[in-house]
Amino acid sequence: MKISVPIIRRYLKPAVFLALSWPLAWLVWQWGQFIHGQPNGLGFNPQEFTNRYTGDWALRYILGGLAITPLARLTHTPTLVHFRRMAGLFAFAYASVHLTSYIALDQIFNWTEIWNDILKRTFITLGMTAFTLLIPLAVTSTNKMVKRVGAKRWLWIHRMIYPISILVLIHFIMMRKGTQLEPLVYGAILTVLLSYRLAVYFKKKAGFRRTRHKST
Amino acid sequence: MLIRIRKSHELRDADVTPETLYKSRREVLKTMGLATAGAIGGSVIAGEAFAARLSYKERAITADEPSTSHDAITGYNNFYEFGTDKSDPARYAGAMKTSPWSVRVEGECARPGAYTLEDILKPHALEERIYRLRCVEAWSMVIPWVGFPLGDLLKRFEPANNAKYIQFETLADRERMRGLSFPVLDWPYVEGLRMDEAMHPLAILAVGLYGEDLPNQNGAPLRLVVPWKYGYKSIKSIVAIRFVEKEPATSWNVSAPREYGFYSNVNPEVDHPRWSQATERRIGEFRRRPTLMFNGYGDEVSHLYANMDLRKFY
Ligand code: HEM
Repeated sequence: MKISVPIIRRYLKPAVFLALSWPLAWLVWQWGQFIHGQPNGLGFNPQEFTNRYTGDWALRYILGGLAITPLARLTHTPTLVHFRRMAGLFAFAYASVHLTSYIALDQIFNWTEIWNDILKRTFITLGMTAFTLLIPLAVTSTNKMVKRVGAKRWLWIHRMIYPISILVLIHFIMMRKGTQLEPLVYGAILTVLLSYRLAVYFKKKAGFRRTRHKST
Repeated sequence: MLIRIRKSHELRDADVTPETLYKSRREVLKTMGLATAGAIGGSVIAGEAFAARLSYKERAITADEPSTSHDAITGYNNFYEFGTDKSDPARYAGAMKTSPWSVRVEGECARPGAYTLEDILKPHALEERIYRLRCVEAWSMVIPWVGFPLGDLLKRFEPANNAKYIQFETLADRERMRGLSFPVLDWPYVEGLRMDEAMHPLAILAVGLYGEDLPNQNGAPLRLVVPWKYGYKSIKSIVAIRFVEKEPATSWNVSAPREYGFYSNVNPEVDHPRWSQATERRIGEFRRRPTLMFNGYGDEVSHLYANMDLRKFY
């Protein structure tokens, strides 16, 4: 299936943009309700809810972004690749809200406590590392930046998403008490997505070796 | 200190609130249509009209703070047997069968055996204890329990001299507790206390909440409440009580010994490895507040730990 680029630009991209913004718009709406003392979906611990909700969505968008290339190849839908950058930037946006929620709502700008957490609590150290590593990816996401850093280096930077996704998963597993199902489900999905990359990599390498054998 | 233990003469002369009086007061609150209302004695009780099902002595021990709303106490729970989300217990605990109920009493005591809930409760006068509850996850509530001192029950079983600890066990009914299908913890849930802790007058067994029978999600029909320890020590839906000589296994300690010790006293100075315990969020409040040593019950309980290094015995 192939959709023309103007149609993607004019209709599909705004539609997907709106869809991906929806969870955040909903959250902002609920906080508005909360502040005005109205019934809302934030539950009995709005700060905890917000931390978890934004963390979950950031992780989902990371996994969604990682799923695009394999899906596009396996289903022969190259159009999907047009949405990879958007998925990545949304992951970064939700991760930023997640961090902001932790700083502003959970710790209420208690910087000593925040700094202590980042240094002392392994799961937060990992989250902070993941977030920091995401920044270069977000910064180099524009076409202009791709040209400026060069395709090769750009690829190298953006492959950082693999270790980042692993860091985030460990962050998630460590944060939950006991052995819980949800992080394991996300872990299984991530394993599939990363295994795909490994499989492609080894196949390419094998193919390369074969051609080399032939030529000698 | 924030709590007030009434002296023994007060305990004797103050009688149980007659059910009719209690009910009529609730009716008044209801007809006035108040969201919250001051009850006699100045406490604030969420103004829902509860059926006054239990007879008990009101406000035997109180916290000088408003109680957390009934909705939050019954809608925000950790009871992993029903799922790990805090809204799961309210959603799924209704499936638990709490009647008939019996408790196995085992180990080092003169009167082991299976006791029905009625056997257990019969001789004990119920009283209201409004306690702070501090969860290890750094949130807290103020909860109006109805119950009776744990020690009074334990004495009835005539513990032997070598009974140094008590172990408790929660129901593990795979048919009715959906959370048991996943090994979050090594089921059944077990908890424990040292004998002197168990005999402390602040440690109670609760059967009620806000004047009514305990809702299932809060650990019906019989649960422990140890207000100076993190919430998970206050084991729910108890089916076994064991008198033992050695420190018994406790579920969270087995799961993550570095994070959850046997004692688990509320202690703002000893952090959980993954977060600070210095502050807590009282459910219903926005800002964190400082956590108090022994959850504010230090005057009453600190002597139990006089010569112990609480960093080591966390
Ligand atoms: C790429 C960046 C990050 C991602 C994708 C991410 C993702 C997540 C996820 C999935 C959870 C679990 C939510 C749940 O239980 O449902 C979580 C929890 C948490 N994260 Fe992150 N995280 C990131 C960075 C950070 C950073 C930078 C911090 C703080 C400095 C942080 C602090 C926390 C905290 C405190 C929780 C626990 C929430 C609670 O229980 O209240 N995370 N995160």
